[in-house]
Amino acid sequence: MEKHINGRRWHDMGGQEAGPICDDQHDFSLWEKRVDALMILCSSKGYFTVDGLRRALEDMGEDAFETMTYYERWIASINQNLIESGAYTIEELGAKMAEVQARGETYGEASLG
Amino acid sequence: MMTPIAENKVLKAGTKVHIRAIMPPGHVRAPSYLRGKSGVIERAIAPFPNPEQLAYGLPAKNQMLYRVRFSAAELWGKAAEKPDDVIEAEVYAHWIDELDTVDAT
Repeated sequence: MEKHINGRRWHDMGGQEAGPICDDQHDFSLWEKRVDALMILCSSKGYFTVDGLRRALEDMGEDAFETMTYYERWIASINQNLIESGAYTIEELGAKMAEVQARGETYGEASLG
Repeated sequence: MMTPIAENKVLKAGTKVHIRAIMPPGHVRAPSYLRGKSGVIERAIAPFPNPEQLAYGLPAKNQMLYRVRFSAAELWGKAAEKPDDVIEAEVYAHWIDELDTVDAT
């Protein structure tokens, strides 16, 4: 069950006590850049907006924020929104995932399709 | 007295306002730390489709987006290090009540 503090949802962190800000920079991996590009494609094609992305991220709850990386949460949200907007069915997604998985163990092998 | 902004009315800079103190679940675009607080309109920015409807893939009604100015004292109370500092935040019209400043005396 999602925790609410006086009705405030977990992601609504503005004005709360916070520790020092980590300003480390890091490079993004290829798959992360592809997730970012996919979001731009989805909104430009009219499947959903960044508001839908945020809504599904918020609904994942605080556990996802702790256990998944930034772009892992993004791809989960993008998938949720694409199913809701009818871009593909669960069945089609499952078949495609099995097809990609059968290509090989590594990201490089799986990317060759 | 707090009154919702009338349809088609655009608040002018300097108008005293109050951010609604309601706490609904779902995708909400008014941060909780502003809710229940009072400030003044800094400017009306432009109308945009309501993101709280877009978030669910629904047709969205245009809502005016305002920049609202709050004092640090209003937001943080005695914890404010510099009470006269200001914080400006962008808030949609449907989260704003106009404060009636008519003096009761």
